[in-house]
Amino acid sequence: MSEVTLAQALNGALATALESDERVVLLGEDIGRTGGVFRITDGLRDKFGEERVFDTPVAESGIVGAAFGMAIAGMRPVAELQFLGFSYPAYDQIINHVARIRNRSNHRFTAPMVIRVPYGGGIGAAEHHSESTEAIYAHIPGLKVVVPSTPSDARGLLLAAVEDPDPVLFLEPIRLYRAVKEEVPESYYTTAIGPLRVEREGEDITLVSWGAMIKETRAAAVLLEASGVSVEVLDLRTLSPIDHDGLVVSAVKTGRVVVIHEAPRTAGLGAEVTAVIQERALYSLLAPVRRVTGWDTIFPLKRSEGHYLPSVDRIVRAAEETLEG
Amino acid sequence: MDKLTAVMLTLIYRDGTVRDRLPITLDGMRGLYADMVEARAYDHKCMALQRQGRLATYAPFEGQEASQIGAAAALEPGDWVAGTYRDAALMWRAGYPWRLLVAGRTGDERGGEAPQGVNVLPPSITVGGHMIHAVGLAWAESLRGSDRVALTSFGDGATSEGDFHEAMNFATVFNTPTVFLCQNNGFAISYPRSEQTRSETIAMKADGYGMPGVLVDGNDVAAVSNVVGSAISRARKGEGPTLIEAVTYRLGPHTTADDPSRYRDEDEAAGWRQNDPLERVRLLLERAGAWTPEWQGELETRAAARVEKAVAEAEALPEPGFEEMLLRMYETPTGPLRAQMGEGDR
Repeated sequence: MSEVTLAQALNGALATALESDERVVLLGEDIGRTGGVFRITDGLRDKFGEERVFDTPVAESGIVGAAFGMAIAGMRPVAELQFLGFSYPAYDQIINHVARIRNRSNHRFTAPMVIRVPYGGGIGAAEHHSESTEAIYAHIPGLKVVVPSTPSDARGLLLAAVEDPDPVLFLEPIRLYRAVKEEVPESYYTTAIGPLRVEREGEDITLVSWGAMIKETRAAAVLLEASGVSVEVLDLRTLSPIDHDGLVVSAVKTGRVVVIHEAPRTAGLGAEVTAVIQERALYSLLAPVRRVTGWDTIFPLKRSEGHYLPSVDRIVRAAEETLEG
Repeated sequence: MDKLTAVMLTLIYRDGTVRDRLPITLDGMRGLYADMVEARAYDHKCMALQRQGRLATYAPFEGQEASQIGAAAALEPGDWVAGTYRDAALMWRAGYPWRLLVAGRTGDERGGEAPQGVNVLPPSITVGGHMIHAVGLAWAESLRGSDRVALTSFGDGATSEGDFHEAMNFATVFNTPTVFLCQNNGFAISYPRSEQTRSETIAMKADGYGMPGVLVDGNDVAAVSNVVGSAISRARKGEGPTLIEAVTYRLGPHTTADDPSRYRDEDEAAGWRQNDPLERVRLLLERAGAWTPEWQGELETRAAARVEKAVAEAEALPEPGFEEMLLRMYETPTGPLRAQMGEGDR
């Protein structure tokens, strides 16, 4: 065990995947020589060679489409796209081919592949570098969507994604890459795709979040606890398929739920979480489910970022209103 | 067209005479001819079935039999094929049974399940996205040290998609054993080849990617087979991809939902009918004493029987079940899908 950042945990998981399964190859823009724009693949080309770790031309559709062909032919490709805002040229490949091949070939051909994409705001990046458009991917049948928020989940979920017989979009919260550290086993282990993680157990209110917003949600929980409220924090960590049972169990227990995400509110996954809870736990609810989200705006540039991202204060306020009503 | 003819490889002329010695035996030519007869029987049958409401939309390939049969004849078992909705003859000659092709057109996902050992992907319905798959398939084979190749087939319209560029570029950058077969059939639905690109030929676009581009008479089954065969040999030897432009003509509509008289000169279509890919082989065989009306009759009877049997088998598939639809999404159904299964009969 050693204490590592989320970025280091991902790097270690990729190395483990390359070591333990010869079918695994990595491909993406700038992932070889420079180790990727966030250095997540740092050193892997030197260690595993140019026949396992490929720098590619700048072509997101081509990267995903080629990885898809490799996966059908029996490889286990892990593609990297540099930012979620740059993923849309590959959207056609993902929605029309990657997520559909099992269905359209009646299980004869499958696409066991991982598409890794850094996402989310909070680092004052350039335009298109901060989006949280996970909902447009979670809406695609045939695809799984995963977001770790801790180093140990990053390792376990990434190894699970590589093993998964179906395609997985693996979203990496940019803001947490180097902001969190914890002990992570160096052994081979997987974290199941699907079940949410109970980050903190509590009795009075449930805060549901994922990705980088777990940080603010955790801080809000600490403040609320200081004023005598017992807070349960759920890290959704798989956005498709969503853990309905996990959400309902917690909602029934506390009767009060706030969903926090940095994506725009309209048709964001907060709506799905809320719908699942009202379908199965309405009569246990003591207050309406509230959403603390990014606004229905384009993700702003650096100077307005503070106006956009849900703050600890907004989460605490929403929780207090929910506790009152 | 005149300019094209000057540089386009033809081995069998329209009157059935040959340029010089054919690289294919007479028996081989009889086999290719029989395959084209069978493919045409399938095509005609599907058009009829669609008119009877027994098939969903159908995209006919009549006129393109030589391009498709010729290309597929050059493949070995295990090679990959990634084609389009108009490539039924190509898929069939590569090992995909008529029965599954018909099933697919009746609107049944089970039609997309290639038999084990037949590495033919379900046809791409969106235009152009599948070419890069043949790059990935071929790339995987070469990384594993196998000598399998991947052939992707597409139309002239698909070459305007950005995905054509990405696939061609990746193929040479990573030197993948991929054969790009463009069946230039004159139209992308209604949009003529002359407007699709100002490039004199599609084959010449290969130059920009550092791969050979070959122009071939797409209505000459021997020439197509020869050119595709050479490209496959290059690919197997690790010498990289090739772009082939097979110049042909779609004699029918884009699909059964289309009326080509709205956009094309019917005199031009009539001219192409005189340039039938089957007829020139028939003339060649007749000249060599290897074709008789009796044999033609046998071929047609056999083709019709095989196609009828395929249709009967496709139509005899049990009704697709509700749960099957949900179970086709993942290897193991997800929690939400399992919950939805319980709602199906409500």
